[in-house]
Amino acid sequence: MNRKTFLGLTASLLLAGAAYMPAQAQEAVKIGMVAELSGAGAPVGTNWRDGIKLAVEEINAAGGILGKKIEVTDYDTATDPQTSRALVQKAIDEGAFVILGTVYSGSTIVNMLVAQQNGVPQFVGAEAPGITQKGNPYVFRTAYGAQKGVPALTSYFKDTLKAKKVAVQWINNEFGKGGHDVFIEEMKKAGIEVVADVPSEQGQADYAADVSKLKEAGADAVFVYLTEEESARFLKEARKQGLSMPLVGEVTLTGQKVIDLAGEAANGAIAHVGLTADAPIPGIQEFGKKFEAAYGRKTDHNGIKGYVGAWATKYVTEMVGSFDREAFATKMHGLCLKVAENPGVLMDTCWDDTGELSRDSFMVEVKDGKQVVVSTVPAN
Amino acid sequence: MSQFLQVLLSGLATGSIYALAAIGFTLVWQAAQTVNFAQGEFVMVPAFFVLVGLNFLGMPLPIALAFGLALSVIILGAMFKKVIVEPMQKGSKDGGGLPLIIATMALGLLLKESVKEFYGAEAQPYPNMFPQDSMNVFGAVVSVQDLLNLLISLSVVVALTMFLNRTRTGRCMQATAQNPQVAEILGVNTKRMVLYTFLINAALATLASFLITPVYLAKFSNGETLGLIAFIAAIVGGFNQIRGALAGGLLIGVLDNMTATYLTAEYRAALPLILLIFVILVRPQGLLGTAEGRSV
Repeated sequence: MNRKTFLGLTASLLLAGAAYMPAQAQEAVKIGMVAELSGAGAPVGTNWRDGIKLAVEEINAAGGILGKKIEVTDYDTATDPQTSRALVQKAIDEGAFVILGTVYSGSTIVNMLVAQQNGVPQFVGAEAPGITQKGNPYVFRTAYGAQKGVPALTSYFKDTLKAKKVAVQWINNEFGKGGHDVFIEEMKKAGIEVVADVPSEQGQADYAADVSKLKEAGADAVFVYLTEEESARFLKEARKQGLSMPLVGEVTLTGQKVIDLAGEAANGAIAHVGLTADAPIPGIQEFGKKFEAAYGRKTDHNGIKGYVGAWATKYVTEMVGSFDREAFATKMHGLCLKVAENPGVLMDTCWDDTGELSRDSFMVEVKDGKQVVVSTVPAN
Repeated sequence: MSQFLQVLLSGLATGSIYALAAIGFTLVWQAAQTVNFAQGEFVMVPAFFVLVGLNFLGMPLPIALAFGLALSVIILGAMFKKVIVEPMQKGSKDGGGLPLIIATMALGLLLKESVKEFYGAEAQPYPNMFPQDSMNVFGAVVSVQDLLNLLISLSVVVALTMFLNRTRTGRCMQATAQNPQVAEILGVNTKRMVLYTFLINAALATLASFLITPVYLAKFSNGETLGLIAFIAAIVGGFNQIRGALAGGLLIGVLDNMTATYLTAEYRAALPLILLIFVILVRPQGLLGTAEGRSV
């Protein structure tokens, strides 16, 4: 090859490359997946990511969004709020149309401002009440906030258990106080008397006194609002002292970690959960099977959240008809996606003007060491 | 009444486990004139030895318990004495003094962080040794686990006291604790006696671990509270008396549960500390302790 031919070839290759690159960029729409892929939040973030990956493969196989393929970039926050903030900025700088993540509330509260300032829509897996109460028009949940969970329990205490008197066992920290206050308020509204109000400390190891108080209170049921390890210790002590009334919690009480720790003592515990992979919904069951086939493990609710976030991105963008971030955010407010037309959302889902979400939820009970769905609670 | 009995029993059961750890403080104090601030971790670690036996070596529970006991006695008893206490006491006029006490604190940190690093920061499930049933005692429903915990701890303390007072080896250990020089002149193998004390301490801590971990769950940070409460129990009861440590442990266990049930749950953690201040002010040698003369 002589020098001329070589130069000519190089030039034509470069030209071809230059011509090809914008074309490539035009073909794909970028999504920034910012989540807890390492550190304490890794189990949560990994499920979120894999739910998204599964959705994106399906969307791309079906032609992408408005004819463009999705290109997902993973950003690992290492479960650190400051890192998550920097990574949301990086994802936006690299041209992300939508941000999916983060799942931890502590990170989301910090990084959602970056997406807001840049006008980039953000689907989050976080459930802290504050996230949708800050007037951020670009943030949208994939599971409803904790403030909606406790009120959903009221009808269970009132109609299913027909309780006249209840007791509350709660943990004296930010998480516990929030749930406790909402519950007391709800019981007052429902006309149910709270006969024992038992606070406990984070890290408390000995629940003997707490359980004996509950036993004496003469309540028809107990609302248990504790974090996971404390829930397990409480359930063990309750079993030990033969506490016989129904123990009803919100999300944590029947979690897999609690079942593992409390063992046989977890059987019979009841809780309200927003999303569960065991839900008797055909879409969720099918998703669970696909997830297991793809990754060789079962998904938790975070996998479902990620999957729904990715599919909602497709549906809403196609409703808007262009890749317009502002129009996307506006469209989301007050939007309801029905499963019949949009199977990717798995359940009928609505977002209000704050980005808060509503959809059906579930009552579950632990039977033989497994979470079993016993009833569905309508969206509120 | 039923509630009172249950709370009393739970308090006594937990208190008797505190007492096992507190007795360890008094034993090490008598044998080596030092305070072992890693005592809490000595109660936390054996549970993890059992978990290693169960989950990684595939042992059945009884074998895993024996494995845990053996490892603890070797590592927390013999090695603790050989590797940390003995070298620091050699050549020191006051039997190791402050540097040795600080070394035990460092050991506590090392044990805690190692468990966190090698086994994980999350609480781990731990098998129950006793049935989780409750039974009727004089009209009150009380838990079988609490009763058995109390019975086992008390029997061990009684057996230990009998061993120390009624057997030749026990009396030699006491002689060594009271005056090592004279004991040696009288033909007591004092080094061996001190070693026995460390082994017994490790065995007591292991028993406390086996009894309390089904309630507390196995977690690397369990030693923090346990160590502190056992230390306070030993001071309140009398640091130089086994019966003092027993009384202190039971007292704190019962008071803790009674306060949480009848007074306030928020301030239950403060109670042992209030008791400690009160005892130090009124009776510095502890409720059942004897004054130790010290010349300055």
